[in-house]
Formats: sequence, structure tokens, C-alpha cells
Amino acid sequence: MSAILIKNGRVIDPANGIDKIGDLLLDKGKIDKIAKNINAPAKKVIDAKGKWVTPGLVDIHTHLREPGFEYKETIESGAKAAAAGGFTSIACMANTDPVNDCASVTRHILDKAKSAPVNVYPVGAVTEGLKGKALANIGELAEAGVVALSDDGKCVTDGEIMRNAMDYASMFSLTILEHAEDTRLACGGSMNEGIVSNEMGIPGQPVAAEDVIIARDISLSEYLDVPVHFCHVSSASSVELIRSAKARGVKVTAEAAPHHFTLTDEACRGYDTNAKMAPPLRAEKDRLAIRRGLKDGTIDCIATDHAPHSEIEKELEFECAAFGIVGLETAVALSLALVHDGVLGPSGLIDSMTRKPAQIIGLDRGTLGTGKPADVTIIDPDMEWRVEPDRFISKSRNTPFAGWNVRGRAVTTITNGKVVYAWENKTIT
Amino acid sequence: MTEKNLYHRHLVSMEDLSPDDVLQILQTAEVMKGVSEREVKKTPTLRGRTIINFFAEPSTRTRTSFEIAGKRLSADVINISASGSSLSKGESLKDMSHNFNAMNPDLLVVRHSKAGAPAQIAKWTGRLVVNAGDGRHEHPTQSLLDLMTIRDKKGSLDGLKVSIIGDIANSRVARSNLISMRKMGMSVTACGPATMLPVQIGRMADHVTTSLEEAVEGADIIMMLRIQTERLERTVFPNVREYARLFGLNSERMKKAKKNVLVLHPGPINQGIEISPDVVAGPWSVILDQVTNGVAVRMAVLYLLLGGGLNQS
Repeated sequence: MSAILIKNGRVIDPANGIDKIGDLLLDKGKIDKIAKNINAPAKKVIDAKGKWVTPGLVDIHTHLREPGFEYKETIESGAKAAAAGGFTSIACMANTDPVNDCASVTRHILDKAKSAPVNVYPVGAVTEGLKGKALANIGELAEAGVVALSDDGKCVTDGEIMRNAMDYASMFSLTILEHAEDTRLACGGSMNEGIVSNEMGIPGQPVAAEDVIIARDISLSEYLDVPVHFCHVSSASSVELIRSAKARGVKVTAEAAPHHFTLTDEACRGYDTNAKMAPPLRAEKDRLAIRRGLKDGTIDCIATDHAPHSEIEKELEFECAAFGIVGLETAVALSLALVHDGVLGPSGLIDSMTRKPAQIIGLDRGTLGTGKPADVTIIDPDMEWRVEPDRFISKSRNTPFAGWNVRGRAVTTITNGKVVYAWENKTIT
Repeated sequence: MTEKNLYHRHLVSMEDLSPDDVLQILQTAEVMKGVSEREVKKTPTLRGRTIINFFAEPSTRTRTSFEIAGKRLSADVINISASGSSLSKGESLKDMSHNFNAMNPDLLVVRHSKAGAPAQIAKWTGRLVVNAGDGRHEHPTQSLLDLMTIRDKKGSLDGLKVSIIGDIANSRVARSNLISMRKMGMSVTACGPATMLPVQIGRMADHVTTSLEEAVEGADIIMMLRIQTERLERTVFPNVREYARLFGLNSERMKKAKKNVLVLHPGPINQGIEISPDVVAGPWSVILDQVTNGVAVRMAVLYLLLGGGLNQS
């Protein structure tokens, strides 16, 4: 691999406490060094003046839909969308068809991932077929190379199964990523229960449906002394539960999705099915609580919950439409708003998109430390652009942010020392 | 009277109408009521116009009412029900709407079990849409006929106290009336068991109570809602007997009501559950007036939205 020299950027590497203007040299697929001024021979020199040079972004929550739903997304198209969004490492959830609940499916995903432009890490199922009844082949999945376990899309609603899964998974140092939703309490609701769902006449799900599972899993984690991670935390009350658990030293971590700190259930008005996701968009107090949770570290990281769906699942009656939106290509801009709004500093934001998520699933990435894999993202924090779904690299277009004028984006993405995305080169048709 | 105000507007929600719009519809409906009382119950105003009544959910009263309304105005009315449509063959609502659209109807009347379907059809097709009831969202023409009935009997709407009693959470009739009645200056009390009052109902009603006595006392209008016993018994309320005991309107309870109170019910009625037969038949009952006015109000809506008066002079 030839050397790449990135010059004059604002190098931000929270893992090493670095935030300074300087140069970064990549060589042989590894981080070589960071210094004020590097004059080394390089095949490629990138001028990053006015831009941020950060560890490659890590998204621990995506749905790549392969195998089984290749018309929505494939590992290749999803990985390309990730690269365009500035991500160099992504974890993909197990709710494929067949479900990733055994080694052969994991191996299939890893095999496809070999030619992908970013690092793709499969997440195995907690329960067989995501049915919540019997444990998946967790030992076999661990050997095959899953980085975590999750029934995401569904909650592990049975408390006994969850307890056993946490205990069992701990033997392999696999953390369970919980989709917290008491399905009985959520009662088939299609959006947040509140004044907006009332006015729209859409059955809602109360925040309590999320909170009770988070409270349960905190108790299990505390009791068993085994870690658990909460996906896409969306309610103020859940943030508070996690905050107090962390204060007691319970081994819980949590993520938030950009849409939950950007939008509220008001976005559902007009029956916009692109504002339908699980957990649902909540009220303004919840949105603000997620921001506070990110600010004080209660919420460890940002994850997209990239959930591609085609028109066939989305252009339906609101109650019939599928849950989920694509997120890889809008995450940086929406997350940078946290910096522009003064919620997080640049280093805090990058930490929540690199080192911290990598740590949760045990990846030795997310830093610019010497000798680490050369995963680098160059971000223009101020570039203004318009979200145009037709230009998405993802196969799907289901976003509530169509037509938004946003600020900031990844302009260069480098995975393992190779440039996998460059904004300048993006073909505009 | 100017017909232009409502010309070519959708009627999906009572939010779509201003108080002036409502009054215009009610005034027009009085004229239409006259048409229905004639021996020859037909005017040529909508001759050559095509109305598709798309009822993707079973309905007797509303479907018949819309059909009669369209026919009395001389429109060509086509009725399509879900079971007789390609929805039952797996076609999506969007595709089906596009197919309706391709046949150039002037207006679509839509009844659907899912909230928002009429609004979505309006968006997908760009055709005029009248919501004939969508899930638990709204039922605007029901609200209009309720307002007409009340106005006929009381002379005006402003300042009246209304109690809506029953399953507020699941009722599209309640939702439309909560919007329109407050818009028309009425004070609305929402009453029902706690499990049938949606969260934050206090933001949609002037008063909220779980006491039937409190709701009945002092009300000018009592509107009873149908209870879906088949769906809600055991989980939302223990059983029909207890519901009738706590929330059923009977003549004993009517003793506490104002002398000139009106009792409304959108139908179909569960006699002996939410309302007893003697109340249905009592002097305060205007339930059948509601049905009569339903035709008049729907004639007025079709007429005004399609600009029936514009080319007449």
C-alpha cells in the first residue's frame, strides 16, 4: 500500500487527546505518524486545510439487508453508502433472511464483506430466528466472527431468555445490543403515543414500552455483572435510567440515532411514512434529553440504525408501512449540528463516532494511534449541501430529510490506507 | 352565498374548515334538505360529474348517505367496496388510487380502516378527496351533520356545552367533533373510562371527566359513542355489564340532565350498553334527525367542493 500524506488539517484523535493543526501520514495500511509538518515522500498528498482529519467513523448499528432483501440494500451498496457517509467500519444487524443465527450465515456475510470498501462486522442473533424463544448458536457465531449479539428489530422480551443470553454471551466477551421495546406495551403502535398520535388517530406506543425493558436490563446487568448496550435510546426517561445506572457503576452503554436528536413526532404529520421508525420519534423533551445525554456521556455514541426499505414497504398506509429510515449518508451532517448548536465540542462528537462505538463492540479501531489500521475520515464541517435522496448511494431512499439544507459532510474516506470515497470525484448526473 | 370559498378543496379533517366554511356548509345543507323533502328529489347541479365512493371498510349509513347525496345532485356515483376491489387481491392502496385517477373521477369519497388513507390518496392522486371516516382519525361529515342537527334544534352553536361520552381514544367521531365544536365556540367535555381517554386529552377537550353524572349534568348536548365491545371487552373494560352500569346512559341518569338537552349517537347503537332503549326513544333523542341531516350535509359538501353553483348562476 502506498503512502498517503494528509496536510494542514485539524487532526482530531480523542483516543490520544489530540486536537491540533498538523499533518497525518499513512503508510502500508497503517497510521504512521501525526506531526506539525511532515515532509515524506507519498504517492498521494491530500490538502485538508480547513477540514477535520479524524479516525474513520464507526457505526455499530446498520441493516445491510443481505442475505434476503437485496432489493433494499446489499453488503456492497450499504458499504459504499457508508464510505460516502464517512464511515470506515460498520456493524450489520442479524435480521436478514436467513437470520444471522448460525456460522454459515456469518461466513456468507464476511465473505461478501471482503470486497466491500469499508470494514463490515456482522452482529449475530441473540435468539434462534429472532423468535425470542431459544438461544442462537452463540458459541458458533463467536467463532465465526460476530462482534456482538442482537435481535434488533425485535426486543428480547422474555426476561429469562435475556438473562441467560447475557450470561452465556459473556463467556465469549460478546455484548448484547438490546432493542428495548416491550411489544405488549407498545401494543402495535406505529408512532410515539402523545398529542400528535392523538390528533393523527394513529395508535401510539408509550415511552414506557422502551423504559421498562431498559430498567429490566439494567437490573440484569447489575445483578449478573455483565455488560449490556442499549440501541437507539429515544426517551427522556430512558436516558435518566441509564444515567443513574452508570452513576452506580453498572456496565451499561447506549447509543442515539441522529433522527432522535434531530426530529420529533411532529415529523409524522401528513402521514409521512419516512418519519416512521422504531423506536419512534418522540416529543421535544425527549429530543432535548438525548442531546443532554450525549453531552454528559450518559449516551456513549451515535449510531445510524440505517434501515433501508423500498417503496413497496414505505408507500403504504402509515400503520402498514415498515419501520426505519436510511441514515449512513446523512449522519455526519445531522451529528455536526450538535457541534454547531454547542451541544458537543468537535472532539466530543468525534469521540462518540469513533473510539467509543469501537470500544463497545471491541474493535481495535477508531483512533489515529501509530500502528493502528489506516482508517481516516476527512470532514468539511461547514460545507453546505442539500439532501437529495436520488443521489444516495444506498439502494433505498427512505429518509425524512429529503430537501433539507444541511451543513458539513465527509469529503474523503480512507479505509485500511485506501481512499474509498472522495467528494470531489463524486459523479453528479 | 359564495360557493367559491370551498371550491376544489379537500375535506380530510375538520381542521381544514374555518368557522365560516362550516356555517356555509350548514346553510347550504338547509337548502339541500329542502330538495330531499320534495317529491322529485333531484337537482341537475352535478350532472356529468363522476364521484367514486371508495369504501375500504364496511359501512351502511355513511355509504348509503353519500350515494344518495351524489345521486340527488345528479352526479354519476360509483360505489367500490374493499371486498369487491383489487385491494382484496393484494394491490396496494397507492396503485389502486392511481387506477382510480386514470379514470378521471371528479371526486373521491374515501372510507378506510387506517388513519391517514384519505390524506394519502389526495397526495398520490391530486384528486378532490372527502374523508368518509379513516381509522380512528376523523369523520368530518359526521361532525358536520352533528353540528347541523344541533344548530337546527338550538338555533345556534356558540356557547353550548357538549359532553362526548364513551371510547374517545378510538373514536373518529369524537376527534372530528373535538376540533369542530371548539372551533364553533362550544365547550366540550370528554368523558369515558380512563382506559378510553387518550393521553393528553386535556389538550384536546375543555373538560375531562370519568364521571358520567358530571358529564350529564349541565350539558346542553350529550353525544354517546359506540363501544366496540368485541375488541375492547376484558382488556380495556372488564365486561359489558360493568360498562353499562358505569357509563351507560339511561332514563334514571337523564333525570339529572337539563330539560331541553339533546342526545346524539352516531350509530350503529349498542342498545342497552352505552345507551338504553328508553333514552334512544325519548324526547331528547335526535338520532334519526342526524341520519336525515347526513344526506343534506353530504349534498352540501359535494356541491360546494365541486363548485356545483359556479356554472349555474
